[in-house]
Amino acid sequence: MQQTLPQPTVATARRNARARRAAQAFLGHALLAIVAALFVIPFIWLVITSLKPTNQIFTDPLIWIPRPILWSNYTSALTSPAFPFLRLLSNTLFYALLSTIGTVMSSAVVAYGFARMDFRGRNVLFGITLATMMLPGIVTLIPTYVLFRWFGWVGSYAPLIVPMFFGSAFNIFLLRQFMLTIPLDLTDAAHVDGAGDFVVLWRIMLPLVKPALLVVGLFQFMAAWNDFQGPLIYLDKASEFPLVLGLYAFQTSRGATVEWNLMMAAALVTTFPIILLFFITQRYFIEGIALTGLKGA
Amino acid sequence: MSTLASSASKVRRPLLSRQLRRDLRAYLFLSPWLIGLLAFTAYPTLASFYFSLTKYNILTPPRWVGTDNFVKLFTNDPLFWTTVWNTAYYTLLSVPLGLAVALGLALLLNQRRGGIGLYRTAFYLPSLVPAVVITLIWAVMLDPRLGLVNTALRAVGLPGPGWLRSAAWSKPALILMSLWSGSGGAMLIFLAGLKDIPASLLDAAMIDGANRWQRFRHVVIPLLTPTIFFNLIIGIINSFQVFTIAFIATSQSGTAGSGTGGAGPLNSLLMYMVLLYRNAFRYFDMGYASAMAVVMFVVLVLLTLAVVRSSDVWVHYEGGGRR
Repeated sequence: MQQTLPQPTVATARRNARARRAAQAFLGHALLAIVAALFVIPFIWLVITSLKPTNQIFTDPLIWIPRPILWSNYTSALTSPAFPFLRLLSNTLFYALLSTIGTVMSSAVVAYGFARMDFRGRNVLFGITLATMMLPGIVTLIPTYVLFRWFGWVGSYAPLIVPMFFGSAFNIFLLRQFMLTIPLDLTDAAHVDGAGDFVVLWRIMLPLVKPALLVVGLFQFMAAWNDFQGPLIYLDKASEFPLVLGLYAFQTSRGATVEWNLMMAAALVTTFPIILLFFITQRYFIEGIALTGLKGA
Repeated sequence: MSTLASSASKVRRPLLSRQLRRDLRAYLFLSPWLIGLLAFTAYPTLASFYFSLTKYNILTPPRWVGTDNFVKLFTNDPLFWTTVWNTAYYTLLSVPLGLAVALGLALLLNQRRGGIGLYRTAFYLPSLVPAVVITLIWAVMLDPRLGLVNTALRAVGLPGPGWLRSAAWSKPALILMSLWSGSGGAMLIFLAGLKDIPASLLDAAMIDGANRWQRFRHVVIPLLTPTIFFNLIIGIINSFQVFTIAFIATSQSGTAGSGTGGAGPLNSLLMYMVLLYRNAFRYFDMGYASAMAVVMFVVLVLLTLAVVRSSDVWVHYEGGGRR
């Protein structure tokens, strides 16, 4: 490049290179900013709409700053009998926390078995475990429902929570991969001192794989928080719904006269805790996805 | 040889029982998973095949009907073919586009710049949003007359389509929603794959005179093929079973009889999984719905096998061998 410039001196070449780098940096940032705007604008629109009076939502031209800014939409939405917020929130927390505890505990124990214990059939069983990750949920849906109905569990959270206490292939795989990176010396030393497997798992292994446990827990917590299909199939009383199903019921209960501003306020309140949680735990979360090359539900 | 083995087995006799004890202890650790595998995976999978050959409404025991469900599905249920078409359309567009968007975003993020973490967060954020909220936001933004999107399109002189209210544009609207909300996970996986590419390879290509595009085409893409392969399979499995956004988008899009869920204008958003849900949980026609599940399962297995087969040709594994 530089050779083709007229009278290339070292100084001008350096200046040109600097200018080109600056231009590239600017273009790179501009491109990033435009794409980021496309991804963020829907969020901004969600916030704006949630603060609008009803008659400013669908207008020509668009209204970007509501007048007046109606903070009261939030109180209206959260106190609406059609959206019993505290009830929905406590249902959601109940589901998300219990299913998280269940899958972290059970998956950790099973992962330890695969990572550290020597037994016949280990490779075959681990292969089967990996294979089930590819199994589409559609093929187990109906018989599982029939089974839980037979247990008398339909209409409660049991079908959504109890299976989580039996491990999940993805989480077992993820935790096993982490446990394999823990040096054998650490666990062997404890075994020599006479510690059994449960003690080694509890005292040594779990503290060492805490970041992985956190990732598994986060994935499950968020999956449960956002789960729509499971609660839709298994729950029938509105008082038992989690937030997302309550929000759906809120939308459909109004029929033709949807109050979009209140819906948006309720939607934002439903989404906010998850986004907050993500910001707090972002580092673990992103590493978790990247490390495994597998994404959570 | 045989004497050696027999004498060894004599010596190992107590050892064998120790192996057995070891096995038992390991299976104790594995027991939650083994029970779960049998109760929530193996049994339901087999039972799906059995139910698909019966008439079953849950209240009375399943009654054997042979292949009746499949015959009806293929020859006497126009809605089935509607959902096959809708789901295929959705998959064929959303999977490749989703991969392209995710890879594009990852490439954008794979540069050393200040504030790159902030952009990564911005791109990933929609992946955290519950489907109900996604559809709510986009229902407002995609309003044909006064929505943000069509207002913007009109401003640059383009006609705004009817999106969720139009039979022709409802699926593109759904795909748009899925691109916004579903690219984050694959993007992070691609980004990790990009970071794994050794700088030495790119430097070597640069010294050989490869320009930016050639480096991308002949170094980056081949090294990313395992990641593309993984995201492709996951993408196909997920989009074949698309349910929630289709189910919700149509019950709020202002079509008549809102609240019924999952049809859209002229059934243009009736997805396979939504029809299955209807048959199973609204009409309690479990046998028929199971037949649908079995058909989907078989198609997915065949498709996955085809992709795995094809990977010999296009997926590059380092060291030449399969992992």
